Amino acid sequence: MASHDTAVAGNTSRPSGRERGTRVRRRRVRAAWIFLTPMLIGLLLVAGWPLMRTFWFSMTDASLSQMGGASFIGLENYLVYDDGWYGVLADSLWWNSVWNTLYFTVVSVGCETVLGIIVALVLNANFRGRTLVRAAMLIPWAIPTIVSAKMWAWMLNDQFGIINHILISLGLIDMPLAWTANADLSMWAVIIVDVWKATPFVALLVLAALQMLPSDCYEAARVDGIHPVRVFFKVTLPLITPALLVAVIFRALDALRVFDVIYVLTSNASSTMTMSVYARQQLVEFQDVGYGSAASTLLFLIIALITVAYLYLGRRQLGGDS
Amino acid sequence: MSARAIKGALLTLGFWLMVIVLVVYAVFPFYYAVITSFKPSSELFEVGYWIDHLDFSNYTAVLTQGSFLASIRNSIIVAVSVVAIALLLGLTASYALGRVRFRGRTRVMMLVLGVSMFPQVAVLSGLFEVIRTLNLYNSPGGLILSYTIFTLPFTVWVLTTFMRQLPDELEEAAIMDGASPWITLTKVFMPLMWPAMATTGLLAFIAAWNEFLFALTFTLTDSERTVPVAIALISGGSQYELPWGPIMAASVIVTVPLVILVLIFQRRIVSGLTAGAVKG
Repeated sequence: MASHDTAVAGNTSRPSGRERGTRVRRRRVRAAWIFLTPMLIGLLLVAGWPLMRTFWFSMTDASLSQMGGASFIGLENYLVYDDGWYGVLADSLWWNSVWNTLYFTVVSVGCETVLGIIVALVLNANFRGRTLVRAAMLIPWAIPTIVSAKMWAWMLNDQFGIINHILISLGLIDMPLAWTANADLSMWAVIIVDVWKATPFVALLVLAALQMLPSDCYEAARVDGIHPVRVFFKVTLPLITPALLVAVIFRALDALRVFDVIYVLTSNASSTMTMSVYARQQLVEFQDVGYGSAASTLLFLIIALITVAYLYLGRRQLGGDS
Repeated sequence: MSARAIKGALLTLGFWLMVIVLVVYAVFPFYYAVITSFKPSSELFEVGYWIDHLDFSNYTAVLTQGSFLASIRNSIIVAVSVVAIALLLGLTASYALGRVRFRGRTRVMMLVLGVSMFPQVAVLSGLFEVIRTLNLYNSPGGLILSYTIFTLPFTVWVLTTFMRQLPDELEEAAIMDGASPWITLTKVFMPLMWPAMATTGLLAFIAAWNEFLFALTFTLTDSERTVPVAIALISGGSQYELPWGPIMAASVIVTVPLVILVLIFQRRIVSGLTAGAVKG
């Protein structure tokens, strides 16, 4: 960066104001790109290049032990006819994991949104100990996903778990439920953990939006004697919708790539297998880099489509430059 | 009048009931993990809500057997290095993106946001190759490199938001004095950015500390594992008899520092999280 310092020192010719302005601006733009270069190189190394290689591997027969010597096989990893259809797109387990991922995303993000709004409304009220309650709400967010999965796995344990114990003593069930082993229940176990962990994030974003709301329309509503529930749906909800959308999109993108909760709670069970779990199983455990990369590429395309739609919609908020 | 008073009292009661339910919901799983971790293995399978007496056998088991201490060390090395790299690269980038108007700025911002939304699995095979080529497989270096993919975009994004909020006058004075952009950044903005950098660094640290997929895939031996992988792979005699006591003890050990950090810095964390999302 020494060159910039000398450029300042050499600035002695006293140019006119406008000339100096353009020169300063040009120098700033040049400096901006120099400042950006390390970050852009970093992103290229860890994101751009690996992504390109994944695309390439998805069209080869690479295996984990022989990544270098792979040969091009076109789209055979995706779909090929050889006395019957083969490839990711013909694998019923893949479509099962696509369905699981979508189901998980819709249900868990839906629950998190509703619950997050309720938590935010409570935290937005003025009461003693509000800071303490907010701190308590942050705890699930701070706990590592693996740890929360283990904690809940213990609580949901079929024989000794406290959840079954409570449900039985309340008389809600007669027999202990096998939460993580039973194929019908395991997806719900995963959703329970994810909702517990991610609701604080939604709640905090909604709370931030709630605290920026103008107070005058609430006073007007109160003077007119409008019922608080009606005020919430007619005034509050429309005003916090932008923040809510951001929270939902962030959560949805996280949920679509979910891996760790499921890996810890139910391992590779097909009843909870998501796209990420499927791709990693092919790639690492079956060592089929080509096939696994094809699945990863499909997952990437699905998420990219959603991201692009979001960026397109949220474009106006982005750069701030017209 | 009295009907209204009763209604008001009921509303207050309902509100506090709701607060209590929410707090119990948020805190109980962690509380239960702490309780379990202090139980000797003989009492583990009786459900209880209180600690009768402290028993540290699970903690000594975790800390003396196996390589849990090495995992903690690995996690600290990886998380601290990742945060340092992300802050260093993020600070210069956020100055360029937050303070300078130039063509392509929006495009760079979109690129950064796009990378932060990458599914990690999508780069798994490509990164595996990069890490092997650089001879970083099964070492903290490989994890530091791969974690940059999610800490760097996040850091750039949040720091840029903070950078934009600083007043223009500061910079104008510096430009009038003929200061170069580098001097402006280091002498004018750096001192003002410390709080923002602390917030961002803390959030990036938590993200790196909690990461699982890369750590599971890019390490092989127990001595190179990070904490989340170590906990996930603690196993007993068979799949059906997991040693829950030591697992809970390990969970408490790695979570308590995070919970304390969060409680101390909760105001900063909230501002960092909302700056990263709401203003995006």
